[in-house]
Amino acid sequence: MTQQEMICICCPIGCNLSVEKIDGVIRVTGNKCPRGKAYAEQELLNPERIVTTTVKLTGGLYPVIPVKTGRPIPKTKIFEVMDILSNVEITVPVHIGDVVVKNILDTGVDVVITKNDMGGEYERS
Amino acid sequence: MTKQYDLVVIGGGPAGMAAALSAKQHGVENILILERDKELGGILNQCIHNGFGVHHFKEELTGPEYSARFITEIQKTSIEIMLDTMVLKIDNHRQIHAISPNHGYMVLKSKAIILAMGCRERTRGAIRIYGSRPSGIYTAGTAQRLININGYMPGKEIVILGSGDIGLVMARRMTLEGAQVKMVLELQSRSNGTLRNIVQCLEDYHIPLYLNHTIVQIHGKNRVEGVTIAKVDENLAPIKASYQYIPCDTLLLSVGLIPENEISKSARVKLDSRTRGPFVGELRQTNIPGIFACGNVLHVHDVVDFVSEEAALAGYGAARYIRGQFDTTITHQTINGEGVTYVLPQTMNIYHIEDTCNLYLRVNKPYGRCQIEAWIGNTLIASKREIRCLPSEMINFKIRKEAIVGSSDLRPAQAIDQQPTQIIVKIVGMDRDPSLP
Repeated sequence: MTQQEMICICCPIGCNLSVEKIDGVIRVTGNKCPRGKAYAEQELLNPERIVTTTVKLTGGLYPVIPVKTGRPIPKTKIFEVMDILSNVEITVPVHIGDVVVKNILDTGVDVVITKNDMGGEYERS
Repeated sequence: MTKQYDLVVIGGGPAGMAAALSAKQHGVENILILERDKELGGILNQCIHNGFGVHHFKEELTGPEYSARFITEIQKTSIEIMLDTMVLKIDNHRQIHAISPNHGYMVLKSKAIILAMGCRERTRGAIRIYGSRPSGIYTAGTAQRLININGYMPGKEIVILGSGDIGLVMARRMTLEGAQVKMVLELQSRSNGTLRNIVQCLEDYHIPLYLNHTIVQIHGKNRVEGVTIAKVDENLAPIKASYQYIPCDTLLLSVGLIPENEISKSARVKLDSRTRGPFVGELRQTNIPGIFACGNVLHVHDVVDFVSEEAALAGYGAARYIRGQFDTTITHQTINGEGVTYVLPQTMNIYHIEDTCNLYLRVNKPYGRCQIEAWIGNTLIASKREIRCLPSEMINFKIRKEAIVGSSDLRPAQAIDQQPTQIIVKIVGMDRDPSLP
């Protein structure tokens, strides 16, 4: 049996979770919603995080554009993902949801753009 | 150039965008948003991390994604936007003076104004750290903008003073970008950041958080070379025996936010010393008829979703004012009871409230199990149980209109001599009461 106390990071409430594993069955207490249960189970088996960062952008309003992993990836791969993304360069136009790197590090997760930049005119007045 | 609008919104961040959209939905035609930056979105543009929108959109978005939802809605409307435009003041005739490279000096007339300028970070000057004035000292938000928007890395060896959420988020961000974040120091005995950020920004990356610590000196001539840190005693005074020199090239300050009200002051909007923002009513009307305020200019929020919610109220209020359906009577006043730092809105006109009034409030110290209560005289009109209340977490507290009306001595809205009825909001700790669950 293993027991672990943790703080849920799914939303700003930050529930205090207690996770127990007895005979292969995971029991979670302290969660206010189902996401807390799923988080605690995942955290016990293989902690995952969404990674957010920027990649270089040519022709945009600013020289970088924000991106994120579309789903959480294993915590152990965060720095490898950062290494790959530090070498990515893209050009306008870019739209929210555009895939920058497909299936990064064979995680099955795509890295996607999180901000629109169509290039060209920025003034509307 | 002089132009006339129905409504001018000052600030194109989350508050300004939501306020303009709400006014539009309530029938206001001729709306202008003035934005200082080169794009809409405000501070959300640099908040590239996720965690926004859980309440409002029921999904977890990054700052730019949250902002884009509102930008897309605005682009579907006829709302006019002036970017790269700086508002200088609002004069005694309620005219807005602004400048931009495209239009030069402008005087803008409008039937109503919504203030949505957001807030500013406290700086080194505000906390008075001794030492030289080298480069390499940034507020956390400035460093965030440099990295996430301009693509510059401000330093390599970092010490962060203050454990507000921006400081915590920047500890992670700079670590991901290859910097060594040596420590986060917090003067108080607990962090005022959210627990989730302590976990996912500090613990995930093994960054130590030193509570009851501060910086007593900054070293370096041209560039920061190090800081002297110290433990503080119960009076927050540094303990000499604990002084320790920490080499670093960059110091980030995350030591609080202050609503940005220079323009409000020029319009003679009355400010509340507790929130540092305007005194407002239930539709976020200020003391100046026709001027409304919402978002961080009013009080610093911790969750953008509530900014959007509040801004919608201000947009609705402005729409009513423009239609001539606004009654400036104050029927009720909210008062800080025990344990409460501030309650917003500070005043109410019950005749504007449909069925509930949502109060935002903060507690003055941490509470475990407790009950938030609203009283009129000897009558408890609303209560809500919480399992935990922290000064860093704003509390939403709804009061039903019937409950307020039932306990108030209300005369017709036009009765000018009427003194507002006081609603006292307080916190009752329940930790020692064994009868409670």
